[in-house]
Amino acid sequence: MGLGPFSSFMTGTWLEATVVAVVAGVVGFFVVVRGAAFAAHAIPQGAFTGAAGAALAGVSTLAGVGTFSLLAVAAMARWGRRARHDVVTALILVGLLGLGSLFLSMSSQYSEQTFSLLFGEPLAVSTAQVIPSASIGVACLVLVATIYRRLLLASVAPELVAARGVSPERVESWFLLSLGAATTLALPVVGALLVFSLMIGPASAARSLARQPLSAVALSVGLALLTVWASIVAAFYSNWPLGFFVGTLGVFWYLLGRGVQLRAARSLATAPGGAGGPASGRSLGPGPRRGSG
Amino acid sequence: MNATALSVPVVGLAGASVLHSIFAPGFFTTGPVTAALVIGAVVALVSAPAGVLTVMRSQSFAGHAFSEVTATGGSAAYLAGVAPLLGYVVGSLVGAGAMGGLGVQRARNRDLVAGIVLGATLGLTALLLYLTTVSHSTTGAAVTVLFGSLFSVSSGDWLAAVALGGAALGVVTVTWRPLLLSSVSPELAAARGVRLRLLESAYLASVALSVALAAMTVGAILSTALLIGPAAAALRLAKSPGRACAWAAVIGLVAVWTGIVLAYDSYDWPPAHQGWPVSFFVVFLVLAIYVVAQLFGRAGSRRRPGTGQGGTALSGVGSLRRRGPGRG
Repeated sequence: MGLGPFSSFMTGTWLEATVVAVVAGVVGFFVVVRGAAFAAHAIPQGAFTGAAGAALAGVSTLAGVGTFSLLAVAAMARWGRRARHDVVTALILVGLLGLGSLFLSMSSQYSEQTFSLLFGEPLAVSTAQVIPSASIGVACLVLVATIYRRLLLASVAPELVAARGVSPERVESWFLLSLGAATTLALPVVGALLVFSLMIGPASAARSLARQPLSAVALSVGLALLTVWASIVAAFYSNWPLGFFVGTLGVFWYLLGRGVQLRAARSLATAPGGAGGPASGRSLGPGPRRGSG
Repeated sequence: MNATALSVPVVGLAGASVLHSIFAPGFFTTGPVTAALVIGAVVALVSAPAGVLTVMRSQSFAGHAFSEVTATGGSAAYLAGVAPLLGYVVGSLVGAGAMGGLGVQRARNRDLVAGIVLGATLGLTALLLYLTTVSHSTTGAAVTVLFGSLFSVSSGDWLAAVALGGAALGVVTVTWRPLLLSSVSPELAAARGVRLRLLESAYLASVALSVALAAMTVGAILSTALLIGPAAAALRLAKSPGRACAWAAVIGLVAVWTGIVLAYDSYDWPPAHQGWPVSFFVVFLVLAIYVVAQLFGRAGSRRRPGTGQGGTALSGVGSLRRRGPGRG
């Protein structure tokens, strides 16, 4: 025996998943606060093209994914700030994926690998692979820690940041970069289609449950860890794709957060003298969007 | 004198060979190609008004979420062994219900609601496709459902596609004016006694149907290209939403048909001599047209920066929005 999910050949997977969850939890909090779920969804799908291209060219998946994440981030930072950025995001997404479909058609013998790149693969990680991912993860966390205050302020009140002499666009670019880094890490484990689910599911609950931004980040990381760990065990035993569990748990967290928020609102409304805005003080909503869109 | 007498057959020959090099032999007589041309036209027509409304309402993410919900339906159909179109349509309509129920129309949490529904359905897609590969021992289902192939549409499907397309167009035509009003200013529409909930259901249903049709042609993930791309380009070019619909239909038609021609021709292309995917061509033609439209449209709007007067249909809508009270 000894082939359980906790045996030694799974060490790499557990380490990798932990790195992924910590980074996704932190970045995901800002995705939710900034209302950037579409970007968080589009970057991994663009990066999937990188994985398909890497398979075609015979280079490492991490390199392909990283390159195309950066490409998607650069395109969004360049064109996303004017006109309607949801349209631009959608078109960047389909443009990169269209290229991905071409790559796939040229290397159709890899369809099993394709499937795991799209939907996640719990057993794909060796211990040696953890080192580059961990370095990307640390770099990403350092980046977020450096811009933490500005990012938070820019998410809630972009005008205030501008008044302090920092351009909100630059903050947005740094944020997208951290999103790209998180994507590069998470894609090979969770799958291109469900990276964003790991980011927004736990973070949406954390936003509703926590009172302080910092504790919300911590809670988001905690829930993301729980999601990934539980998903690995479930995927290990059922042999079902990892992404299924991540997506389902994401919905669960969201509904949990929403339910708690609703109850709080109701008790505020029924409590004597509690007529003030229901739960408005405790949740960080997406701030006013830039641009006319 | 000799030269003119010679040039006629030469030009004729050149013309024939040019035609020949554009339409590879057998293009017009191949069954799948004919079906693809018909369905492509239906998709372009139906996506135009739905796309224009989606862009005007800033609902691109929801539109994209539909496409992936559609993928869930498609993979369920694969697993059950029924027609993919049925799966696409049912999946898409269920997704419309879920997103409408969770409140995708409200600006505040729109992005999160679309994302959560998207995550749930993608997870389900993963499971269904996995079960398909296990039970049918075919591994290509994922690629077919997600990235599509217009040439694999069966001839029985296109009658159904025409009927569904007609239904979607009918819904949009009947509700066009109030929908437009509610896109620009929900408050104004409500003040005029428009029933917003009903209207929004109609809008979501029409998007759902057009995405389901588009999923058949370019695959579930890429159907966003046909929904958003032509409409965004058209809104840049046209002066009114009505004309934008016409433009979007033409752009969509050009992209799909040219894509079909190119894909048919690409059977001789390197590296594998098995053809490049139609979806790839369609998506890139749509993007190219969008970029061209941006370049042309910007020249017009730059003259009056910020005022939002005249210019394109989009800038007009933007200015109305800015003037009106914020929504939600």
